[in-house]
Amino acid sequence: MSAPRVTVVLFPGSNCDEDALTAARNTIGADARLVRFDERDLKNPDLVILPGGFSYGDYLRSGAMARFSPAMDSVAAFASAGGAVLGICNGFQILCEAGLLPGAMLRNAGLRFVCRDVFLRVETKRTPFTLVLDKGEVLRVPIAHGDGNWTADPETYRQLAERDQIVFRYVDASGDESGAANPNGSLGNVAGICNAQGNVVGLMPHPERCAEEILGNVDGAKVFRSFATALHAHRT
Amino acid sequence: MTVFVRVFLKEGVLDPQGKAINDALHRLGYGEVTDVRAGKIFRLEMTSAEPGAALAAARKLADQLLANPVIEDFTVELAPAGAPR
Repeated sequence: MSAPRVTVVLFPGSNCDEDALTAARNTIGADARLVRFDERDLKNPDLVILPGGFSYGDYLRSGAMARFSPAMDSVAAFASAGGAVLGICNGFQILCEAGLLPGAMLRNAGLRFVCRDVFLRVETKRTPFTLVLDKGEVLRVPIAHGDGNWTADPETYRQLAERDQIVFRYVDASGDESGAANPNGSLGNVAGICNAQGNVVGLMPHPERCAEEILGNVDGAKVFRSFATALHAHRT
Repeated sequence: MTVFVRVFLKEGVLDPQGKAINDALHRLGYGEVTDVRAGKIFRLEMTSAEPGAALAAARKLADQLLANPVIEDFTVELAPAGAPR
């Protein structure tokens, strides 16, 4: 069984790229590499991760500039061919701006940059990143963002819910949705969504920051392990 | 030719910045202000000699990049004489 091949796209201003590489290597033994924003060759990955950070300084809107990077043309082609793509934080913002995921990000409702642990409830097992999780399972994962207030028009949101495209919601420790559990005001407490096919997932929280014992929390490792399981099932 | 593009969050989309500014104005005693929407203005210097072409190009690029049509609306207009540079 060959190691999962993971490509992390490095944009000018990314700052979670090494964390994503390390998490992929240490959780699932990935053969992981960086590909720069100005490269078109993604190096034949099984998984592409768009990491967190502040690509292009968040100029204009978070993620708005990164979508014009040459690497993003390749990511879009990879995604449309069914390749697995995970956008974390700024990566989620980029996926929305690129039209690979629906909706858009507004400034956090409280206007503050929020950096703390939150609780997420798994809403679906249909994505490669939630396959081995249980629906309703609660994960503790950190967030760190100022523009994470995901929104969409009512019809889009209704379709997402109907088509099982909401992947994670913010909840309290016992798994209940509430306004207080929502750190940024996102519509429907949405923390992560997927595309119609389920192969492209974006989430604001950072699973790569809680994927090893040394980080004090391993809930995020489940997202990576889930991908390894999905890949294995796909290969066999 | 100079074109201004104004971008605002759509009506009905919560504008946390505008709300905070509105609240601050009220604390300063400006009770006559009932609502604030914060937006962006872009001033484009363009080679077009013809106003219609400049505005059409501005609309296209605003829709593609300057505004996110999911959450924002925009307007384009030629810079009036004496507009700040």
